[in-house]
Amino acid sequence: MSAATLEVAPVRLAGGGWRDDARTIWVVWKRELIRFRRNRVRIVTSLAQPILFLFVLGTGLSSFVGSSRTSGIDYRTFVFPGVLTMTVLFTATFSAVSIVWDREFGFLREMLVAPARRGAIIVGKALGGATVATMQGCIMLALAGLVHIPYTIPLFAFLIGMMALAAFMLTAFGLMLASGIQQVESFQVVIQFFVMPMFFLAGALFPLAGLPLWLSFLTRIDPLAYAVDPMRRAVFRAVGVPAAAMAQLVPGISWFGWRVPTPLEVAIVAVLGVLLTVIAAFRFGRTE
Amino acid sequence: MATAQQVEVERPVIVARDLRKRYGEVEAVRGVDLAVGTGETFGFLGPNGAGKTTTISILCTLLTPTGGEAAVAGFDVVTERLDVRRHIGLVFQEPTLDEYLTAEENLRFHAELYGVPKPETRPRVEQVLRMVGLWDRRGHVVSTFSGGMKRRLEIARGLLHSPRVLFLDEPTVGLDPQTRAHIWSYIEELKRREQVTIFLTTHYMDEAEHCDRIAIIDDGRIAALDTPEALKASVGRDRVEIRTADDAAAIARLRERFALEASVAEGAVRVYVSGGAEFVPTLFAELGVPILSVNVAAPTLDDVFMAYTGRTIRDAEATATERLGNAAFMRRRRR
Repeated sequence: MSAATLEVAPVRLAGGGWRDDARTIWVVWKRELIRFRRNRVRIVTSLAQPILFLFVLGTGLSSFVGSSRTSGIDYRTFVFPGVLTMTVLFTATFSAVSIVWDREFGFLREMLVAPARRGAIIVGKALGGATVATMQGCIMLALAGLVHIPYTIPLFAFLIGMMALAAFMLTAFGLMLASGIQQVESFQVVIQFFVMPMFFLAGALFPLAGLPLWLSFLTRIDPLAYAVDPMRRAVFRAVGVPAAAMAQLVPGISWFGWRVPTPLEVAIVAVLGVLLTVIAAFRFGRTE
Repeated sequence: MATAQQVEVERPVIVARDLRKRYGEVEAVRGVDLAVGTGETFGFLGPNGAGKTTTISILCTLLTPTGGEAAVAGFDVVTERLDVRRHIGLVFQEPTLDEYLTAEENLRFHAELYGVPKPETRPRVEQVLRMVGLWDRRGHVVSTFSGGMKRRLEIARGLLHSPRVLFLDEPTVGLDPQTRAHIWSYIEELKRREQVTIFLTTHYMDEAEHCDRIAIIDDGRIAALDTPEALKASVGRDRVEIRTADDAAAIARLRERFALEASVAEGAVRVYVSGGAEFVPTLFAELGVPILSVNVAAPTLDDVFMAYTGRTIRDAEATATERLGNAAFMRRRRR
């Protein structure tokens, strides 16, 4: 068909309500995935740090601490759920930067002028970032065998599900911060202020037991701690850690002496994710 | 200052009444009235900072006016934003493409975002890509495109959902003359095929010549609104430029003998007179200073702008930037 013979065929737009929102979420989500797939360098480089933590810091510390302090458990097995969380944390917050990049490179305008609600754009971004971060976490998860963790379906299903929830919560958190920020540089400063404290306080590297009062208070308000605890518990159960060691290494998070049960921990992460998305959407909706 | 005459327009697709936008102390748009008919190419001509982009942003629902009202495609730009957006296409000054995606992926993203039905997406994407000559490059990532190609792709994208109005904000700014000419041939072609109304802003005079009607905007107000021909006719005087052996003597003589205020521009003595061609023989007979060459030109839009605002567009640009510069800067910082 040559250009000269092209017919004028105006299209009619589908319209109306939740279908528009669903379509917006879908297309924004899909774009995040296309961009992720195209940026192979990012996939590799963002795995470098968790691998460094697991095999360099993990190996170094395990010979320093000795297996007596960890009741015969390899420190790398202990730290593995923390490293998974770290992968998800870094990727999710990096995904949230994309909204600031979009603003700087102008593409955000293409979305803002579309007949689409801003809330739907944010939900699409949150789900897209969460998916990308979960996929990144799954690549790390594939290394489980190297640190004596068995490849069983129930364990992996639980770990992937938990990573997805944490990824969603963290992307939403990043978006909430990003939605009011204009420059990538300022966002990086703000996010750095949160990322490392969140990671350390989550109990990713050490058990949340026998800590001084001020520190154990801070770990309790770190939302990431509620993701690390159930993941480590699941890993230890699959490895077959004795009950005594379990109590010492995975004491759980307690509020005034009451241990928060796993389903509640999972619910906290999920509900927080939804809440942060709503706040992000609200903040985003007010910018011009 | 002259106000815009209210022209009766058939089947108006854009209507604005007393549109205003204030940023703190500064009123960037001070009461704009206009009506644009279906299928028209309407140009907003004015210096940077005159209120062009602010007005277009209000019409596109990107800014909320602080006064007045406007409707596009029959929908109110404040209360029916999403409906307005469904019926307009936008091409901005700054690029808004995703450079990591291919040309086709950018268009598909747009199609889904605007709700173009699935079965119609493929043929429509092909249609608009062929129209701007980018079909062969559809699989290439946008970051490999030149400035002109990106602009063409944006125009294609703006048309993808068959808008009633295509807004082009400075469509050829920053492009070389050849690319500008190309972009214009695309715009004229698509106008012929799609019967779309085009609303554009520009500060290039030659670009304004492509429009059916022009509004000259200066200092947040419309100073004149008509067809390019009518505007030029309304100036009523031709530009006569002479090169002489003695410019100073020629200027003095023009003042004494013909009561004309002359100026020197680009090495020539310039006067404005009605019936320029008829004036030349008289000039030769009575000037008394040897004339080396003569040039008579019908008024251009440059002259029109001069006549309605008392300044050239370049001078106006300098003062407008000064007036609005601060407010625009503050706004950017705050965002």
